[in-house]
Amino acid sequence: MKRTLLSIALGAAVSVAAVTAASAGTLQDVKAKGFVQCGVSQGLPGFSNPDDKGNWTGIDVDLCRAVAAAIFGDANKVKFTPLSAKERFTALQSGEIDLLSRNTTWTATRDTALGLNFAGVNYYDGQGFMVRKSLGVTSAMQLNGAAICTNTGTTTELNVADFFRSHKMQYEVVAFEKADEVVKAYDEGRCDVYTTDRSGLAAQRLKLKNPDEHIVLPEIISKEPLGPVVRQGDDQWFDLVKWTLFAMVNAEELGVTSKNVDEMKKSNNPAIKRLRGVEGNFGENLGVSNAWAYNIIKQVGNYGESYDRNVGPKTPLGLARGLNALWNKGGIMYAPPIR
Amino acid sequence: MTEKQHKISFYRTEMLPPKPPPPATTGVLGWMRENLFSNWWNTILTFIGLYIIWLIVSNFVQFAILDAVWEGKDRNACLPKNGVEVGACWAFVRARFNQFMFGFYPVAEQWRVNLTYLVGIILLIPMLIPSVPWKRLNGILLLVAFPIFAYLMLYGAPSLNLPIVETTRWGGLLLTLVIAITGIVTSLPLGVLLALGRQSKMPVVRLVSIIFIEFWRGVPLITVLFMSSVMLPLFLPEGVTLDKVVRPLVGVALFSAAYMAEVVRGGLQAIPKGQYEGAMALGLTYWQMMRLVILPQALKMVIPGIVNTFIGLFKDTSLVSIIGLMDLLGIVQSALADAKWSTPTTAPTAYLFLALTYWFFCFGMSRYSIFMENYLHTGHKR
Amino acid sequence: MSAASEHAEAKVPLWNNPRVRALVSQTLLIAVLAWAFWTIFQNTVHNLEQRKIASGFGFLSTTAGFGINQVLFLEYTEASSYGKAFLAGLLNTLVLSFIGIIFATILGFIIGIMRLSHNWVISKLAAGYVEFFRNIPLLLQIFVWYNVVLKPLPGPRQSLEVAGVFINNRGVYSPKPLFTDAWWFVVFAFIAGLIGTWAVARWARKRQMETGQPFPVGWTALGLIIGLPLATYFIVSLVAGNPVHFDYPELKGFNYRGGMRIIPEFVAMLLALSIYTAAFIGEIVRAGIQAVSHGQTEAALALGLTRGQMLRLVVIPQAMRVIIPPLTSQYLNLTKNSSLAVAIAYPDLVAVGGTILNQTGQAIEIIGLWMLIYLSLSLATSAFMNWYNAKMRLVER
Repeated sequence: MKRTLLSIALGAAVSVAAVTAASAGTLQDVKAKGFVQCGVSQGLPGFSNPDDKGNWTGIDVDLCRAVAAAIFGDANKVKFTPLSAKERFTALQSGEIDLLSRNTTWTATRDTALGLNFAGVNYYDGQGFMVRKSLGVTSAMQLNGAAICTNTGTTTELNVADFFRSHKMQYEVVAFEKADEVVKAYDEGRCDVYTTDRSGLAAQRLKLKNPDEHIVLPEIISKEPLGPVVRQGDDQWFDLVKWTLFAMVNAEELGVTSKNVDEMKKSNNPAIKRLRGVEGNFGENLGVSNAWAYNIIKQVGNYGESYDRNVGPKTPLGLARGLNALWNKGGIMYAPPIR
Repeated sequence: MTEKQHKISFYRTEMLPPKPPPPATTGVLGWMRENLFSNWWNTILTFIGLYIIWLIVSNFVQFAILDAVWEGKDRNACLPKNGVEVGACWAFVRARFNQFMFGFYPVAEQWRVNLTYLVGIILLIPMLIPSVPWKRLNGILLLVAFPIFAYLMLYGAPSLNLPIVETTRWGGLLLTLVIAITGIVTSLPLGVLLALGRQSKMPVVRLVSIIFIEFWRGVPLITVLFMSSVMLPLFLPEGVTLDKVVRPLVGVALFSAAYMAEVVRGGLQAIPKGQYEGAMALGLTYWQMMRLVILPQALKMVIPGIVNTFIGLFKDTSLVSIIGLMDLLGIVQSALADAKWSTPTTAPTAYLFLALTYWFFCFGMSRYSIFMENYLHTGHKR
Repeated sequence: MSAASEHAEAKVPLWNNPRVRALVSQTLLIAVLAWAFWTIFQNTVHNLEQRKIASGFGFLSTTAGFGINQVLFLEYTEASSYGKAFLAGLLNTLVLSFIGIIFATILGFIIGIMRLSHNWVISKLAAGYVEFFRNIPLLLQIFVWYNVVLKPLPGPRQSLEVAGVFINNRGVYSPKPLFTDAWWFVVFAFIAGLIGTWAVARWARKRQMETGQPFPVGWTALGLIIGLPLATYFIVSLVAGNPVHFDYPELKGFNYRGGMRIIPEFVAMLLALSIYTAAFIGEIVRAGIQAVSHGQTEAALALGLTRGQMLRLVVIPQAMRVIIPPLTSQYLNLTKNSSLAVAIAYPDLVAVGGTILNQTGQAIEIIGLWMLIYLSLSLATSAFMNWYNAKMRLVER
């Protein structure tokens, strides 16, 4: 009796603690378990958002899928872990997730002191302010004395403090744990201003009762390069995530889309040939098959497709490309060549 | 003849039949006079009380039933009609009901949850009724076999043709019940051990138990939950990760074990010394004595306390929504952020739904605890 | 004798000797615990090194850089240190708990006494209150107060005004009294009144013990504590002008400025905490009063005490002996429950600590500090409870 109980207890203990064998590298671990565990937000339309049935969509989610496509040739071999701002870095550090793709701002502290590496930027953002039209405010400089709703534990909370302090204006900050709470509080009138990344403002605005009654002020008070994050000290995995993103950008630059990628096989452009995996050994150098970029483009699409599908002008978010346009189209999205 | 002689007497030989009490002191009227209108002050209180009750009941009925919207696809159904606010937006709760119950658990697999509920109820009911026999077998089934069954059914086992359902997809009432029940099932044995430890004659064991119990009882649950979600990963060796749902479970189990220990200790202290001495005189070892003599009596005595701890635990599970789990409260809160349903009455309706659900469970359990208290009380009457 | 003990020793093997067994099992326990803690410690140190997370409390003196929307008794700005932010959070917790305890006690006693009322309606009303509020999670009640009751209040420009107090969805704004130096006279008068009352009460008791003559201490106290400061206030006003001015809140820009402000998060927490805890206190009060045996009241009335005297001198002292210990633990619960403030952005210890945790990543230090603070509060409470129990213990012959 006692022994059965003990064995049951032990069995349960082992089953809940998923022991991953002392790892050679994240890529080997991922290949062994058969999927990528990807940390995403708890729901930010356009970036990572679950629908009613728990299916995830968004530009950050696409990156996770692209990594899965590069490794397995199957963009669906990915599992998502929704994380709060507070949990995200611990989850990555502890190995609970393989990749953090959760609209996370690249800062010096995070890149160095927290033991993380940013694998690139998939969205150039900046912090903005949203107010009610009825207030008649046209500039952030008129916000003296305003009550401001924001998320706790984010760079936005610090930026807003810096902004008001440097302009010698008073403000009251109401900082919530969850993005949904912030939106609700702003919508109910607890605050005059809602501040977060401008892409976030566009996304969260959809959750307001009457989105048309609100405007985003022109000021951008910070630089917020958002990108995927991996653990420090695993260069192979770091390279793979980095080049997955670069492949998507390069594909857009070369005009390769999910629709024409098969036809592009015949292309004589050597850059496309390399991207397609017809020439060179770039996939194998990364530790995956040479069709890696083909799989990414075929199953997920290039950067532009992902952008247009999730946050672009035709989506409810309606964000123009702006800074995120390719370098040769007025933006700063630029990927090193595959060669 | 003699009777006639004594006919005129100066004292009464027959008693008058007792008169009924004045109508004003019996029946409904009398009761009302006694309890509601005994003096002017009391009368005023009665009317104030009645007015308050009327306000509550009429507003509730008006909001939750008469003005309520039962059908609808989106918020248009629940928006104010011609400038008049509607009542409860039950259409919203209906639209999201499945999510509130199961979270993101795949619809095709939800029968597994229902089957688990059913088996649990079938095992639980005979356990709760004191007169049903085979308590020991029933207890083992409920505390050992059922958790394994539930784990296999809910999480899944590919070898049994049950596809795995990740815990991240669990939510709503399902998650609330999983956390509360796992908490109680793990904290009960742990609490018994701690209570025995606290009563132990071995100083180290006693000290360790006291420190453990007082530590967990001294800190708020929310800090425990933060600890288990942020700090626990740091304690584990590299490469070992705990499931996101299991982590708070560890915290909740340790936390409620400390409370359970104090409840059980009350029972242990109430057992007369003679029972201990008798058991020892029979030559039983410590564990035999505890298992066969002391604990059966002590645990029976503290059933109400255990149920009350469980009520507390059940209410406290709502805190996991703060660390981002989608329990009943968490999933309703997140559904409230849906712009498709944002109306002035959505939030009050959702909270009313939550309050009624939690209240139904907690009140039911507290009634059971009172029933057991009375039942056990008569058992000890001499 | 020695043969018998030798015989016994021979018969009881070492592993069956209770003292040896106790020693072994305790050593084993210590070893297991030491091993467990050592493993955890090792893992943590390893993990921290691996993740390049600095440890130690040095971060407490670095600049916080974030704002807090309720700072009491402190000068806190964004340029202040994390340590000061933490302190501001602690003060917010203490203030909320302190006021919550007062409200919950008053409401709880009212509910408990209503529950014992002979009036059926009143007693059922109190029973309904208790059964309703204590069977619903506190967190849900906090959300309801915050989201359903307070958020729909009008915005600042359409504030409700009640006697100079403005109520809107940004909080309650009331005039703030500003005191001139002359106010100190009034304060001194108040302290003098308190000391005077204490002296009079002492004297009156002594006199009653000796002569049996009662003295109206209550009225004297009223006169001394309220009358004396009032009189002083009027005299000071005549001599040096009104010692109290009010700073009235004014609508400037977005919000009211000046005056005293109570943020809605505080109001919601206060309402939820005191209403929830009052349900438990009501039950404690009822049980306490019911625990005083009927014979005590009858005896008191037979001695010719008035009803008030009976309550004051016989029932309440005995009921308090039963009430105080569980009441203290409810106070402690309320203090611990105030940590739920993090859910609605009231900047308490846990909320501010959480922000610091996010900004610095110092999880172990912050959670350690939280637990240390709550543990000391709880240990202080149990110390008080033990002292009180010892003091109040029935001294029997």
